[in-house]
Amino acid sequence: MKVLVAVKRVVDYNVKVRVKADQSDVDLTNVKMSMNPFCEIAVEEAVRLKEKGIATEVIAVSIGPKNAQEQLRTAMALGADRGILVETDEQLGSLAVAKILAKIAEEEQPQVILMGKQSIDTDNNQTTQMLAALAGFSQGAFAAELTVEDGKATVAREIDGGMQTIQINLPAVISADLRLNEPRYAKLPDIMKAKKKPMDTKTPADYGVETASKVKTLKVEPPAERSAGIKVGSVDELVDKLKNEAKVV
Amino acid sequence: MSILVIADHHNSDLIPVTANVVAAAKAIGGDIHLLVAGADCQAAAEAGAKLDGVSKVLVADNAAYANQLAENTAALVATLGKNYTHILTGATGNGKNFMPRIAALLDVEQISEIISVESADTFKRPIYAGNAIATVQSEDAIKVITVRGTSFDAVADTGSASVEAISEVTDAGLSSFVGEELAASDRPELTAAKVVVSGGRGVGSADKFDIIYKLADKLGGAVGATRAAVDAGYVANDLQVGQTGKIVAPQLYIAAGISGAIQHLAGMKDSKVIVAINKDEEAPIFQVADYGLVADLFDAVPELEGKL
Ligand SMILES: Cc1cc2nc3c(=O)[nH]c(=O)nc-3n(C[C@H](O)[C@H](O)[C@H](O)COP(=O)(O)OP(=O)(O)OC[C@H]3O[C@@H](n4cnc5c(N)ncnc54)[C@H](O)[C@@H]3O)c2cc1C
Ligand SMILES: Nc1ncnc2c1ncn2[C@@H]1O[C@H](COP(=O)(O)O)[C@@H](O)[C@H]1O
Repeated sequence: MKVLVAVKRVVDYNVKVRVKADQSDVDLTNVKMSMNPFCEIAVEEAVRLKEKGIATEVIAVSIGPKNAQEQLRTAMALGADRGILVETDEQLGSLAVAKILAKIAEEEQPQVILMGKQSIDTDNNQTTQMLAALAGFSQGAFAAELTVEDGKATVAREIDGGMQTIQINLPAVISADLRLNEPRYAKLPDIMKAKKKPMDTKTPADYGVETASKVKTLKVEPPAERSAGIKVGSVDELVDKLKNEAKVV
Repeated sequence: MSILVIADHHNSDLIPVTANVVAAAKAIGGDIHLLVAGADCQAAAEAGAKLDGVSKVLVADNAAYANQLAENTAALVATLGKNYTHILTGATGNGKNFMPRIAALLDVEQISEIISVESADTFKRPIYAGNAIATVQSEDAIKVITVRGTSFDAVADTGSASVEAISEVTDAGLSSFVGEELAASDRPELTAAKVVVSGGRGVGSADKFDIIYKLADKLGGAVGATRAAVDAGYVANDLQVGQTGKIVAPQLYIAAGISGAIQHLAGMKDSKVIVAINKDEEAPIFQVADYGLVADLFDAVPELEGKL
């Protein structure tokens, strides 16, 4: 079976972004960009499915600027067989991304589509569930454990009160939570090999997807700052402050 | 305007966040209906009928909705939702699971985790782990929105809405429930607690987390943790506070052995009073702490527990 894995190019998770002075967006000039950490976990899981002999081919897809090639090459260095870049300089909403991925799923007919739980830039947590809806597939969102056999997937999911296990039909769209696995690092020889793996470049128009979003960003502001606190010298002083100043105990 | 709020519940009771979501619906303004989709969920429906501002509770009581499987809940709301201008639910594990599926079936975008209502079509929401706040305006005919509970004060339970059964049932047949492992705890629910005591990697082991539990119990609070503490197996995943865990905003948040990574701060920096206990005086957590104590947590936490 084929496995599709969606990877997004985002600001590196170590970067603390700043808002532009004109409040139009955050400032990403000269900021380090990486693969969304949840997508790394998704790629790792896809590669493990291949290593277990369940997947025959792993196809990595990214929708974004030309430079998203870098993240596709990373996915290929980690074990994906080929890449599809859907190039656009627009910032697409999750619905448009899901529509493009649904078209690719129609063409490629994967049995499992692996995604990240959440993009750490928009913090949307939507695309997996939207893609599952558009394709008419089942969904296993926030996966902490995945088993694929006999045309079904069993997914242990992180839920608010603990863990839930569900069984879902294939094809399915599954999103990786933090504890699904620990992604490997790409080795130098694999990075070299990845440069020769095939990569198709497409545009949203190739898939007939309208990219304009009905949701407009009017303004981006910094969050309210907390006023600076104090250091206390002892537990006694802390207890006194909590009782008599903050009055929270 | 007509607003459908999808209740978060455990069939036998309503999860408190629903009262916060109704508050967001009231801020939008209009007729508010509450949907309780579950199995044997009459008790949750009755609790919902008391929420101030709700005019009608719709109850879809069927085995297909017992475990809030996304495929079934979404199919139901995609039909029902066409009659509304807004569909809201909490940005909880359940809401995050089914809501985008509903949005896609209705061919509209979802606006995730709003923290304020500016007008019926304009909302604020955090992005980049809360390092920026975006104001967004939606032109979609139906606005599908998840709400950050801690950003809205819960409505009172002084209402008396009518309750109406929905007979339509959809079992998409795509998924089935196998089992659940729920953490049993007498402590208050993390996202609704007035006091949260969290431990990080500095606590060192599952056994040593005991001192965190003791302090929380002394204060009648909930226990939280960082991703590092969860990954290391000190505590269960449902205690993770942060960008990709739970969002908390208690009266008092005590962070012990936590460095203060942006992903953790994203989940707790709206707390009213923050206390940090860390042996490294340079730890970034001190930048958001109202009261910082540079100390070994194994001395300070038990001492604090004893003196409170
Ligand atoms: C995609 C992604 C999502 C993430 N989501 C989350 C999230 O939701 N929530 C979250 O918390 N993290 C999240 N993280 C992880 C985050 O980046 C940090 O790695 C994590 O918060 C660090 O946890 P910590 O503070 O417990 O550990 P550390 O950073 O290792 O800090 C431990 C601290 O304990 C102190 N310490 C050690 N011993 C003692 C002692 N005896 N007494 C006092 N102090 C002591 C040390 O000085 C240090 O400051 C995420 C990361 C990624 C990449
Ligand atoms: N532009 C994109 N290109 C490829 N995959 C994406 C893109 N946007 C979102 N995804 C996938 O959807 C997941 C969830 O993203 P989001 O819904 O934006 O939080 C990500 O982890 C990716 O797997």
